[in-house]
Amino acid sequence: MTTNTTIPAPLGEIIDEFQALEERERLQLLLEFAQSLPELPERYQDHPERLEQVVECQSPVFITIETEPAADAASQVVRLFLTAPKEAPTTRGFASILFEGLDGLSAREILAVPDDIAHELGLDRAVSPLRLRGMTAMLVRIKRKVAGECHLGQTA
Amino acid sequence: MSYPLDTNEKFAAYAHPERLVSTEWLAAQLADGALEGGKLAVVESDEDVLLYETGHIPGAVKIDWHTDLNDEVARDYVDGPAFAKLLASKGISRDTTVVIYGDKSNWWAAYALWVFTLFGHEDVRLLDGGRDKWIAEGRELTTDVPTPIEGDYPVVERNDAPIRAFKDDVLAHLGKPLIDVRSADEYTGKRTHMPAYPEEGALRGGHIPTAASIPWARAAAEDGTYKSREELENLYLGEAGLNAGDEVVAYCRIGERSSHTWFALKYLLGFDNVRNYDGSWTEWGNAVRVPIVKGEERGTWPLS
Repeated sequence: MTTNTTIPAPLGEIIDEFQALEERERLQLLLEFAQSLPELPERYQDHPERLEQVVECQSPVFITIETEPAADAASQVVRLFLTAPKEAPTTRGFASILFEGLDGLSAREILAVPDDIAHELGLDRAVSPLRLRGMTAMLVRIKRKVAGECHLGQTA
Repeated sequence: MSYPLDTNEKFAAYAHPERLVSTEWLAAQLADGALEGGKLAVVESDEDVLLYETGHIPGAVKIDWHTDLNDEVARDYVDGPAFAKLLASKGISRDTTVVIYGDKSNWWAAYALWVFTLFGHEDVRLLDGGRDKWIAEGRELTTDVPTPIEGDYPVVERNDAPIRAFKDDVLAHLGKPLIDVRSADEYTGKRTHMPAYPEEGALRGGHIPTAASIPWARAAAEDGTYKSREELENLYLGEAGLNAGDEVVAYCRIGERSSHTWFALKYLLGFDNVRNYDGSWTEWGNAVRVPIVKGEERGTWPLS
């Protein structure tokens, strides 16, 4: 477990965006996120086995990461690749928030994201806490992969 | 039931054919303008809270199982006043014929239908095959959200007893048939909870003694429609060993998949006394001193 948690700026901006809206409008924003999740690059589209399934999600969600070398392990830049079916827009929306909020950050920054960040979006009532667990699971998976591939010890 | 029925041949074989409609039937009603006047309402109820917004059957309103039908505080369904307010706001009156459909072969639609039935809504039907079949057939979808004329819905006390079982009811029921509709691994106890989700899971794995394992999906065909009466009889009378007239309790993790099975037993096979145990494994697997059987065998009651 990391002890010092910090919300990185891009993710913080997304949270502010949600918090500024009425509850009903937050769902609409989540839908817009779902629609903006980028397609996987071809190297993953053709090789689905290179992606890891987030089995905790009721809909099939796959993630993987790539890292760019840096002077020290924790400073490596992490690129995220996430995919979720169009028939599961809520899950896609969560994946898209994590992508926009975390892609391109350093391993250190990603590992410092609080595990319960999903509840900061103000979606507990509109989406339900049960469904938000899918987003928590995705984040925990991402952090685990980052910790593993950057050799930074276990988190979560 | 005031609204015309879908009289197709497959449904005619079921015990209560009036509880199902086909996509063809619904499309024809919509083309005839059935939604005008409040006699018929179409409700979408999905696992995914945003799916309706991506496109739905024209004129359909959305009712979410979690944010609309569950009480926010207690682990229970909404009460009479909240239900009346919800339905009226969706343009549904007490005598409206309601057709419910949803994703995942109608899991959540069946669950919503079961909650409507707790409130004694008389004419509520499932769209056989649900959302996926409607889409697979290339039928019309829209993102236009209707603004229905307020319905006239009385405050009705929920009557849980006939179709809802609580934990104590299940304890008293032991010795009579139970259907466990979860996956094989959940039934045997190999899986207790999903990784990284201790709070959603259960402290113990296994099943309620004597419960037959019939995963919910076995009642559904490839296209998400219910299997024929004969196939369902082979499954529940044959494999599960139910006999006509049995009192049955169905359960899963939280009561949604078992609503799908509850519907099949009650309306398609005609078991009058079927209850859904919505506390299901998230309650039973955490309750102190309730009997549990592990492994593939159904076990006996009393435990031997």
